[in-house]
Amino acid sequence: MAPGTARAGGRRRARLQATAMAIVRFLVVVALTYLGLLAVTFFIGRVIPVDPVLAIVGDRAPTHVVERVREELGLNLPLYQQFLIYIGKALSGDFGTSVLTSNPVMADIRRVFPATLELATLGTLIGTVLGVPLGVLAAVRRGSFLDQIVRVIGLVGYSVPIFWLGLMALLVFYARLGWVEGPGRIDVVYEYTVTPLTGILLIDTAMQGEWEAFRNVFGHLILPASLLGYFSMAYISRMTRSFMLTELGQEYVVAARAKGLSEGKIIWRHALRNALVPLVTVIALSYATLLEGSVLTETVFSWPGLGLYITDSLQNADMNAVLGGTIVVGSVFIGLNLLSDLLYRVLDPRTRAR
Amino acid sequence: MKNDAQTWREWLTSERPASRRQARLGRAYAAWSRFVDNRLAMAGLFIILALLLVAIFADVIAPYSAVTDGDLRTARLLPPSAEHWFGTDDQGRDIFARLVHGSRITLFVVVLVAVIAAPVGLLIGTVSGYAGGWIDAVLMRITDIFLAFPRLVLALAFVAALGPGIVNAVIAIAITSWPPYARIARAETLTLRHADYINAVRLMGASPARIIARHITPLCVSSVIIRVTLDMAGIILTAAGLGFLGLGAQPPSPEWGAMIASGRRFVLDQWWVAAAPGVAIFIVSLGFNLLGDGLREALDPKAAGQ
Amino acid sequence: MSALLEVENLRVSFPTRSGVVEAVRGVSFTLGRERLGIVGESGSGKSITGRTIAGLLPESRRVSVSGSVRLLGQEMIGAAKPAWQKVRREVVSMIFQDPLSFLNPTMTVGRQVEEACRSDDRGGDRRKSALDYMAMSGLPSPAETARRYPFELSGGMRQRILIAIALAKRPQLIIADEPTTALDVTVQAKVLESLDESVTKLGTSLIMISHDLAVVAKLCDYVYVMYHGEVVEAGPTVKVFRQPRHDYTRLLLAGVRSLTSPNVRLAGFEPAIEA
Repeated sequence: MAPGTARAGGRRRARLQATAMAIVRFLVVVALTYLGLLAVTFFIGRVIPVDPVLAIVGDRAPTHVVERVREELGLNLPLYQQFLIYIGKALSGDFGTSVLTSNPVMADIRRVFPATLELATLGTLIGTVLGVPLGVLAAVRRGSFLDQIVRVIGLVGYSVPIFWLGLMALLVFYARLGWVEGPGRIDVVYEYTVTPLTGILLIDTAMQGEWEAFRNVFGHLILPASLLGYFSMAYISRMTRSFMLTELGQEYVVAARAKGLSEGKIIWRHALRNALVPLVTVIALSYATLLEGSVLTETVFSWPGLGLYITDSLQNADMNAVLGGTIVVGSVFIGLNLLSDLLYRVLDPRTRAR
Repeated sequence: MKNDAQTWREWLTSERPASRRQARLGRAYAAWSRFVDNRLAMAGLFIILALLLVAIFADVIAPYSAVTDGDLRTARLLPPSAEHWFGTDDQGRDIFARLVHGSRITLFVVVLVAVIAAPVGLLIGTVSGYAGGWIDAVLMRITDIFLAFPRLVLALAFVAALGPGIVNAVIAIAITSWPPYARIARAETLTLRHADYINAVRLMGASPARIIARHITPLCVSSVIIRVTLDMAGIILTAAGLGFLGLGAQPPSPEWGAMIASGRRFVLDQWWVAAAPGVAIFIVSLGFNLLGDGLREALDPKAAGQ
Repeated sequence: MSALLEVENLRVSFPTRSGVVEAVRGVSFTLGRERLGIVGESGSGKSITGRTIAGLLPESRRVSVSGSVRLLGQEMIGAAKPAWQKVRREVVSMIFQDPLSFLNPTMTVGRQVEEACRSDDRGGDRRKSALDYMAMSGLPSPAETARRYPFELSGGMRQRILIAIALAKRPQLIIADEPTTALDVTVQAKVLESLDESVTKLGTSLIMISHDLAVVAKLCDYVYVMYHGEVVEAGPTVKVFRQPRHDYTRLLLAGVRSLTSPNVRLAGFEPAIEA
């Protein structure tokens, strides 16, 4: 065996070990954070309300229901035992039963979640596709008119309430101009012509060849998706600009120029590639933010997703549903946050070796 | 100190300060002039001051009542006019008056969240950074966990359990707002922990609590203030969101988010009822954003991405 | 035949907080197929002269450049970007001081050398020619090293990568700006040797900018001594170092032995830029 390969083998083993350690550490963080979320929701659900039972069944429930729920909840048990049972249930997806629909909360959530996913995904897509190039151009042409525009877009995006802008957009583009369809995902007329397969209507209607319905769905989708896309774009373009400015100020850019590389190659192949490392984190965070903001936007657009489900349950004092929805949104949010941390480490070769 | 031959300005911008006080004041002056030069930052400051004034002098500025119903027969949903600058809502109330009085609620939210979240963050951050070891590890774990939580949704759940109301909303928001400040305070504390004069004070027998309170915390304050100002817009938007969902100040309180919600029903024809409060929220958030950006550029130009 | 490089009355100044600083004040020289050394302390303007010749001054600062720099007869001051790009691609190479920050941290060093290779070299196989140049600059196992990232290499190896990048385009002129200053003393000599050999092999001209007189003495036929933006003495290296005519040169020679030469100051002449 050649001497070099022995060393290389040892080095590879060490690197694998380091990666394994990193994965283990990541999983521990995920577990702890998720536990924290469950602790907070448990606290909200059981500890805060004066009578948790009433918080769950509502104050108009008949006595025998109250008694049954009290027993089910095991309110006689010490608190930490209740918490352990709660964790067990949450991990298996048992969030209790919805007071309103009498379905298990998890089933309800599974029904409505794709709608929210659809919006958040489209919004992030629009935000990335538009935001990254804008941010790059703004950084390259710093101080120019384009740069000012990008900054204004960013400022407005950070200052305007999303639900209000959605409302105004509906007023202008739907009510006054008639360019788009109104609230809801699909007109009642078409609602039963489509069998929900993926739950994402755009895909379902296309797959089943229902082109009229497809156009209708698109018309309903475009305004909320664009709204979310705008907010995503404001955030992403601003961060892209900031990261690109950092990269363009680095010495290796000077060295690349000294090689005689064209400006284009320097910007897109060198600077942007390095800026992508933190940028992927930003995109994941933007996705998480859109998911969270769905609580407000879905109300305005009557979009039957998880956000609307949570707020409706809120109005109906359906605590099981509210908490279940919170846990789901919280989990995805946390997951994306931690994933973005992980992505950062994976993508930067400097941290990979450690 | 200053000799008579120098003007104040020369003394403050001198490249060779003769005392630490002169150096510190000189830096403050430099930051101040950077800030004043920044027109956008001044605009932000102006907006926030205007908010303050409007809130204080609300009764003087708005003649109509913000909470009592107007004449439900004749004064409902009137369009903007000379008499009612922004028209009236569905209860016959003057919208301008409601906006003006609603500024108090906005200010209340802003101040309270800042007063709760910032000190908590500062405390946790400085203690964590100074103590090190397992205290640091545990506190930072907790901070990171809270950092990963979704602010709006969690506030929503909180208020759902506690019951709607502006104070509950503020508490809910504050609980999810402190982690960034803890992080910042910790970062600053870590750099200061081994500074010479901290060591000196420690040798003189100062207890850790005293060191943290009197020596380290004041140095972390400016970074935290910048971050708080930048976060303010988000906090206002979250509070407005809660109000929109009916979880903030309850009717007839003229909370801006709630006003948008109640105006939503009439947006197709009487759009001004919902439009006006949104513009108000936008302007105030914008003011905080501009102010925060300006502060950051003035106090720490390198971090502002120059 | 016009000389490779003709610099005439080059002046570079830029504004700072305390007024306009004249970094280079009227430097003139010509360069053919030879090796020229520019020595001076930090702040003498030697680095800026080098960067101006390569067209790499920072654009954002309001730098003012006057005078003439002619490469192969073509006037470069005020030339458009495409013209500069062509020159940098084919004529002039630059080797920088701190190899870590001048290499892209997320790209393998092999790729970075490949980028500098000319496409018509070696029948279009740039990877092969990259490996050739890496070998030429003294790297022990080019194929394996090419797959590494900059942070995985030692300082000396990184500097050799920068040399390889400079050689890869078969330039007519290499400008080396303090290439060994950031290295250990033991590594310095070896890297300089590699540079020496490569330059000889390719037959390029060399401008070596350094504050270390020993380095210049080893590599260069001709030397210019710069102080405070001006050339105070010029001549064949051996002659200047044996029989310095200017006071400043004498002071430099007297005080220098090691890496970091103490900043020498002539009474009454304060250097404009304190590095």
